[in-house]
Amino acid sequence: MNLSQKVYGVTFQNPTVLASGIMGITASSWRFCVENGAGGITTKSLWLTEHMGHPNPTIISTEHWSLNAVGLPDAGVEKAVQEVGDYLKNKPAPLIGNVVAGSIEDFGKTAEHIAKLKPDFLEVNISCPNVEDEFGKPFACSAPDAAAVTKHIKQVSGDIPVFIKLSPNVNNIGAIALACAEQGADGFTAINTVGPGMAIDLRSRMPILANKVGGLSGPAIKPIAVKCIADVYAATEGKLPIIGTGGVYTGEDALELMLAGATLIGIGTAVGDRGIDVFKKVCDEMQYWCTNEGVEHVSDMVGAMHKELASRS
Amino acid sequence: MSSIQLQSRLPRTYKIIDIKQATENVRIYTFDGSLGAKPGQFVMAWVPGVDEVPLSVAYDDGANIQLAFFAVGDCTEALARMGEGDLVGLRGPFGTYYEWEPGQHIALVAGGYGAAPMFFVASESVHHGTTIEVIVGARSKEHLLFLEELESLPHVALHVATNDGSMGFEGFNVTVLENMLKLTQDSKTEDPAIDQVFACGPEVMLKATHSVCAKYNVPCQLSMERYMKCGYGLCGNCVMDPLGIRMCTEGPVVKGEVLAKLDEFGKYHRDSIGKKNEF
Repeated sequence: MNLSQKVYGVTFQNPTVLASGIMGITASSWRFCVENGAGGITTKSLWLTEHMGHPNPTIISTEHWSLNAVGLPDAGVEKAVQEVGDYLKNKPAPLIGNVVAGSIEDFGKTAEHIAKLKPDFLEVNISCPNVEDEFGKPFACSAPDAAAVTKHIKQVSGDIPVFIKLSPNVNNIGAIALACAEQGADGFTAINTVGPGMAIDLRSRMPILANKVGGLSGPAIKPIAVKCIADVYAATEGKLPIIGTGGVYTGEDALELMLAGATLIGIGTAVGDRGIDVFKKVCDEMQYWCTNEGVEHVSDMVGAMHKELASRS
Repeated sequence: MSSIQLQSRLPRTYKIIDIKQATENVRIYTFDGSLGAKPGQFVMAWVPGVDEVPLSVAYDDGANIQLAFFAVGDCTEALARMGEGDLVGLRGPFGTYYEWEPGQHIALVAGGYGAAPMFFVASESVHHGTTIEVIVGARSKEHLLFLEELESLPHVALHVATNDGSMGFEGFNVTVLENMLKLTQDSKTEDPAIDQVFACGPEVMLKATHSVCAKYNVPCQLSMERYMKCGYGLCGNCVMDPLGIRMCTEGPVVKGEVLAKLDEFGKYHRDSIGKKNEF
């Protein structure tokens, strides 16, 4: 039973990838995730210049969901160059450089800087719901805006494949993906966090997050992730790879997202609940299920729901 | 499904039911509830409308939790302005804790408000037949903490060091530790050997403790402080180079042999956006 996945010539030993924003602050923390089974790493969102996040509380959770409004803190491209450079010198697994900006122009500048470091892929965060106060509605909420960012980034990213990270908080994620694909997007990450949502403390009657609202993640959002991935896969006719992210805790969760169309699987919130070795656990569980069910290569699962539906129609 | 011990990751607000002004800057609050914390663990304390910070647990007897803090930033200063009956959000407990074997002879090194968790260790471990040498250090007499409480415990010998000599040994608590380890390892004395050293305090003190323990080949467990956000291993803000381990999860109490591999120990720490700051 083989778990490896090859995407644009890059081999991932297994489909699990550390999702952006989790454990993503230093080269040493990325290595720690790979030692614990991650098949690939996504950096946290990198800004052109220093960007302060929100005050605490920034991350809260129950066993069913997590809300975060960390606010994308980052020391800017200069530090990113150090950390990414350190990791790439002797990289144990592929690296996806995630970039964020408040304007199309800054997206281009940041992507250009990061592309020069030669990460395996670029991931473009046009969908964070936690910085709306600063930047207004995310680019991912409108097909023309998402397409414009994609077009601009493709002009500066050279031969690094560009993955656009999509928002689930829209009613036309497939159309938005298609608009990005028409401008040259090489793949998608679906989904970013849901909502935003809010949690209120009863005794103090105050919203708990300092930002009041935060992106919803964790087990509660998996069905939304599955549906969005299926929509993106269908809209792009399964031609572009998807990093499926959202509520993956177990090997069966990962396989379900693959059936919807994911080639790689982002894992984030589960790191807090199942431990840093969640990557290894998810892989062991995928291996176990596939072996029992006679699936020889995990890539046979990618988009298989669509094929099954087609075969029955 | 979870492999993580039970902890609350959603703050609940608790009422402050008792306030003790321990020194000029250090206050100890008792709350109307317990988080089931063990000695060395921390909680995230949320002052609604201000911020949330990690605080070390001074005591938790299963009915009430006690937190000690130094009023030094926006959040702890706001916390210090609060009174009995006011609400503070707490979640946790988080992280590793001090571990001992029954009957061990343990030296505790406490610097500044690091005396709070050391008092918790002493009061819990003596139930397991341990004998404790606790060395409390501070700049001067008025900054010493938990002396009466520590002195009242059975099987606990109190040693004091102040930089200015206003009480006890004039100099650093780590010097007292070194003298102690030297003496107990001298075959001619009858002082029983120290089995382990635990320490909590400023990083420069921890670094010195680590060196002394290595020199005398005594195992140690030290409590590290790093910038924290989530408290349970997600955000990665508190990782230490080059292992990338998280001080909220693989720490804050770290064994000496692991600290020996952490190059940044005693050299630098990272701020809220991940930039390195030298000590």
